[in-house]
Amino acid sequence: MTRPAPLPPAARAIVRGDARALARAISAVENGDPAADPILRAIYPRTGKAPVIGLTGPLGVGKSSLVSALVGHLRAGGRSVGVVAVDPSSPFSGGSVLGDRIRLERAPGDTRVFFRSMASRGAVGGVAEATRETARLLDAAGFDVVLVETVGSGQVDLAIREIASTRVVVLVPHLGDEVQTLKAGLFEIADVFCVNKSDLPGAESALKDLSELVSLGGGRDGWRPPIVATSTVTPSGIDRLWAAIEAHQKFLDSSGARASGERLRLKQEIVGRVRDELAAELAGRLEQDPELRGLLDRVVDRTLDPRSAADRLLASLRDR
Amino acid sequence: MSPKRRTTPIRVLIAKPGLDGHDRGAKVVARALRDAGMEVIYAGLRQTPEEIVRAAVEEDVDLVGLSILSGAHMALFPRVLSLLKKESHPGIKVFAGGIIPDEDARRLKRMGVRAIFGPGASLEEIVRTAEKLARGPT
Repeated sequence: MTRPAPLPPAARAIVRGDARALARAISAVENGDPAADPILRAIYPRTGKAPVIGLTGPLGVGKSSLVSALVGHLRAGGRSVGVVAVDPSSPFSGGSVLGDRIRLERAPGDTRVFFRSMASRGAVGGVAEATRETARLLDAAGFDVVLVETVGSGQVDLAIREIASTRVVVLVPHLGDEVQTLKAGLFEIADVFCVNKSDLPGAESALKDLSELVSLGGGRDGWRPPIVATSTVTPSGIDRLWAAIEAHQKFLDSSGARASGERLRLKQEIVGRVRDELAAELAGRLEQDPELRGLLDRVVDRTLDPRSAADRLLASLRDR
Repeated sequence: MSPKRRTTPIRVLIAKPGLDGHDRGAKVVARALRDAGMEVIYAGLRQTPEEIVRAAVEEDVDLVGLSILSGAHMALFPRVLSLLKKESHPGIKVFAGGIIPDEDARRLKRMGVRAIFGPGASLEEIVRTAEKLARGPT
């Protein structure tokens, strides 16, 4: 492997552990600022070291509290942690209230935790467009573990699977009967199930339903998702939750699933970027290119159908 | 939305330094700023100046809004201001709200708090000021 090229100053500051430089780079990524590009390119060879752990699950199950508890657990073990916590942007005003930080407890002056709140900014799937590259920046900054907390997710908000190598699905008692666990979506992406608020009544039947689900098979590559009961009121189960996450990380290495999973995620990332760029390019052509502008008019007039118009637009790309 | 048409929302940290346990006012302001399209990081109650400044750095905010009712503003705000000057980039501006006597407000403004809102302030006024501060020169 070739030695990485010398880093631009902003990237060097990030790698050195400069929190300000890291924070500003994350903003640049979020804002689509071209200043982010050279940084992201430069740091990429230094990434892939920190495990990226995703926590997802419905609204109010205690994801933020679990993140805070995991941060405490990891710090007690001497490991540094970078966190990205995503909350929704308003589809009406574009604004948001990012409230995940409120749960964070850390020792005064502890700079080995970096916590960033992130608004989804119109992205669907439970994370923001900038979340993946932010996780990468945290990795390059040297944090031992990266935790990503999704928005309170619905059944199909599964974008975390494109970012995290271990996905923890957080649930609570009384979310529904066992048929819910058979439904497609959220339950399919779990590498670890966490039943939080397990001090509440109903926890046992939730645990039982999940263990029945897991016993039916599922999981990927021969991994059977463990089920961990936790509570953050009188903290319990946090060590077991982390042990389950670590067991999955070890499994990824021993089974070879890490390499194949990573390859698939990177392929999706590359194709996704091209798709976004092409979509923007084509939308522009449809409005501006004198030859293509008429296409949209004809579809509006019902003299051309949308599929044929799409074919013509695609053909314009190939002609170039 | 195309990747080239992203906007840059104003980011604001809302925090309550010190020990008062009442954050209704801070929440009302947070929500008004949200409705004006800003990204509001709500840090909540009982924050030390160190925690507030660390949060402002990590979240790369344009503005820090401090809410206080306890009367400890003359002890806590100058500490936030001086730490911000040391730790963060120079563009971050501080505004405040709560129960702050006029005399203290004048002194705090001289120290660098850009705006101070008392109990009678309207949300429109707070939003307008926040927008002006964030978009204005440093």
